[in-house]
Amino acid sequence: MSRRVVITGIGVRAPGGRGTKEFWDLLTAGRTATRPISSFDASPFRSRVAGEVDFDPALEGITPRELRRMDRATQFAVACAREAVADSGVAFAGVDPHRVGVVLGSAVAAATSLENEYLVMSDSGREWLADPAYLSPHMFDYLSPGVMAAEVAWTVGAEGPVTMVSDGCTSGLDAVGYAVRLIREGTVDTAVAGATDTPITPIVVACFDAIKATSTYNDDPGHASRPFDASRNGFVLAEGAAVFVLEELGAALARGATPYAEVTGFATRCNAYHMTGLKTDGRELAEAIRVALDESEVDPSAVDYVNAHGSGTKQNDRHETAAFKRALGEHARRVPVSSIKSMVGHSLGAIGSIEIAASALAIRHDVVPPTANLHRPDPECDLDYVPLTARELTVDTVLSVGSGFGGFQSAMVLRAPGRR
Amino acid sequence: MNIDDLRRVIVAAAGADETLRLAGDITDTPFEELGYDSLALMECAALVEQEYGVSIPEDELAEARTPGALLALVNGSVAR
Amino acid sequence: MGVTAMGSTVVTGMAVVAPNGVGTERYWKAVLAGESGIGALTRFDATGYPSGLAGQVEDFDPAAHLPSRLLPQTDTSTRLALASADWALLDARVDRSTLRDYDKGTVLANALGGFEFTHREFRKLWAKGPGFVSVYESFAWFYAVNTGQISIRNELRGPGAALVGEQAGGLDALGHARRTVRAGTPLVVAGGVDSALDPWGWAAQLAGGRVSTATDPALAYLPFDKRAAGHVPGEGGAILVLEDQASALARGISRPHGEIAGYAATFDPRPGSGRPPGLRRAAELAITDAGLTPAEVDVVFADGAGVPELDAAEAEAIRGVFGPGGVPVTVPKALTGRLYSGGGPVDVVTALLAIRDGVIPASGASADVPSEYGIDLVRGEPRAAPLGAALVLARGRWGFNAAVVVRAATTDKGDRT
Repeated sequence: MSRRVVITGIGVRAPGGRGTKEFWDLLTAGRTATRPISSFDASPFRSRVAGEVDFDPALEGITPRELRRMDRATQFAVACAREAVADSGVAFAGVDPHRVGVVLGSAVAAATSLENEYLVMSDSGREWLADPAYLSPHMFDYLSPGVMAAEVAWTVGAEGPVTMVSDGCTSGLDAVGYAVRLIREGTVDTAVAGATDTPITPIVVACFDAIKATSTYNDDPGHASRPFDASRNGFVLAEGAAVFVLEELGAALARGATPYAEVTGFATRCNAYHMTGLKTDGRELAEAIRVALDESEVDPSAVDYVNAHGSGTKQNDRHETAAFKRALGEHARRVPVSSIKSMVGHSLGAIGSIEIAASALAIRHDVVPPTANLHRPDPECDLDYVPLTARELTVDTVLSVGSGFGGFQSAMVLRAPGRR
Repeated sequence: MNIDDLRRVIVAAAGADETLRLAGDITDTPFEELGYDSLALMECAALVEQEYGVSIPEDELAEARTPGALLALVNGSVAR
Repeated sequence: MGVTAMGSTVVTGMAVVAPNGVGTERYWKAVLAGESGIGALTRFDATGYPSGLAGQVEDFDPAAHLPSRLLPQTDTSTRLALASADWALLDARVDRSTLRDYDKGTVLANALGGFEFTHREFRKLWAKGPGFVSVYESFAWFYAVNTGQISIRNELRGPGAALVGEQAGGLDALGHARRTVRAGTPLVVAGGVDSALDPWGWAAQLAGGRVSTATDPALAYLPFDKRAAGHVPGEGGAILVLEDQASALARGISRPHGEIAGYAATFDPRPGSGRPPGLRRAAELAITDAGLTPAEVDVVFADGAGVPELDAAEAEAIRGVFGPGGVPVTVPKALTGRLYSGGGPVDVVTALLAIRDGVIPASGASADVPSEYGIDLVRGEPRAAPLGAALVLARGRWGFNAAVVVRAATTDKGDRT
């Protein structure tokens, strides 16, 4: 019999609150946490709204020494890992380190630190200084950010496989999917997995400005992220992280854990179409959904809630709606679908894990978070997107999906523990 | 700006496919047929703005289907 | 995630772009001849930097190998990766009609991203303003760029992934590609290619603190040598086509280059814990995973950090698995410099070529190995030897360890190819 994998601990740092509980409170209240960019002067930029996290390293127990070496995204990951470990109740000191793996996702990794270092090395951008003596000794770690996963590994003392998955905006789903495989195949029994990104920095804002992918509702920041709404005009860049403790089901139950959810299926496909564009038909995302459901031995009609990618770009929301119809058939019109990006924005590689957290919490609490800011649906987005208000219903099976630059399309199925 | 200026900008922004007849009269050939997508056109528009100081509104750029139409937008904006 | 039959995963195509040779056979010829690709860094004026030697891929004209449409949107590393993928797929006799599109995946490692490209865009942003940042920056920079571009160019619609693990990531990509094949995707394009030889990328590599400051190219990177004092960074890598053996056979590929027989990854203990490092365990796990014993491994392609303390640790791991002098050890990357995500995949290709030709290449100019290392380093000239299986090791900064075992593939008649 194949090994089954459950989520037993969750840690979240998302805009609008600290920790898993405040995150869930925000979502179920339908409150939005997007606001004007405050971390730098964004006035020269096209899009000036973001989902920022009020992150206090001291409050998180990050020492000054750790602060000096850790990029902001790493700090988020470590804070989440600590929360997830405490939440899981796993005493890692008593676990064989060889049987613990770490998989961390991130799309742009140490972008914030890279930009800071660039400014140091270039006299605030004016002129390149060819004297590496000015450079931080940590600059190498910003160039090649494996240290982000290493820091999480050191947090729990993991000595099994440690990997960073950097699949752009599906990193958060794919990292957890990777970790689930490690447990299933028997390489490890426990994994700490999740994703982090802190991309609210001028170069990344400029990237998305250039392709006009981000929202320009600068004067209405709390209502800037409008997935599935006819008036949507792009996503709202955000930062955040979510990390999980994943365990083999038998081991988790044996130690008396109360799992949030079982990860029953995961699949990823590439659209092989365009680095940023999406075809309208949703074919590859639908295929990923179909395979993830198949693996879960779940009929599409059994899906109780779909946690959408719902970025709020014109293209994505139509693409995704088409994919749901293609993969779920008639059930697509019945099942509630929502996008939490309406509330916490789009934290690139991190959001997939943050959405897994929302999915697991939906199962735990039998509540579906809403899509905020959805007042006038796009006629081409004609599903039940749970506008404005959270909904209580029995949530046993959740489909969570993601889509990203490079053509990545991922789907994960989570089920209430003990469903099979 | 004339069609040859635009041709140069397009090649700088997005290259030129081997199969493409950029050397011929491309004024009324749809960008799609020439092998350019919306991303390529956005890069073209950015280069035009950087070089000529002409800003093409996003919605108007999206409507420009041919080099001729794009040229008209650029020159029209210059005239305005 | 669904586990299907654990058939063999074989290598049906491979291509190398390395500083001492573009294309597999040219590279291999250079390796056997001991030709180094390490020389003065010429990509920019490196005067004033403490190190000025690099392994540069000189003999590559992107315009000759890639459509003009791809040039404005790609970094050097992505151009090298796209060309290698083309050659690897050609070698594997794969085209767009081969298999279903979902049956072909892309799993690459990437350690540096499109760094030269992004340096240019940072400069535009800060010197001229946000309106000057290219639309391509949004994807030319990130670590998934090579996976996405190769997938698009070759219509690979199966699973895709990009892994980051510094120098160990390339072997992780091959391991994950094999995992992906075993889970039901019959063909996966895998490997890694990196480059960051712009002034910022160079400075960042030097900040790592392990780059040699030697000025003589012949003596700058001497893994396992008493004189070892750091490594030389390079650019390039390798792309391989991994396939389920039965599926490859069904499309007429009866003599693959070899088999990815074993893989394992471990992580070193938290600094200060006093626990033993993980490289030896990775090697042992990979050998066990291949169904072999250490005695059945004929050669080790070592990580070869070129830093005395790290060389000593690796020697100890190899000695621990094979006994003192128990197996020939080689570091052909002494001729290319360390290629980050490209390093492991290039070593795997080199190992397969060594098995094919029954010859172990030498370790560049490394000559004087401390006796306490207790390893049989292949020095000076290549060594002829019948080879059945090879162990490839890689380490990434901060504690990543990965090991792959390759061997000659069995034919349908049960012979080793």
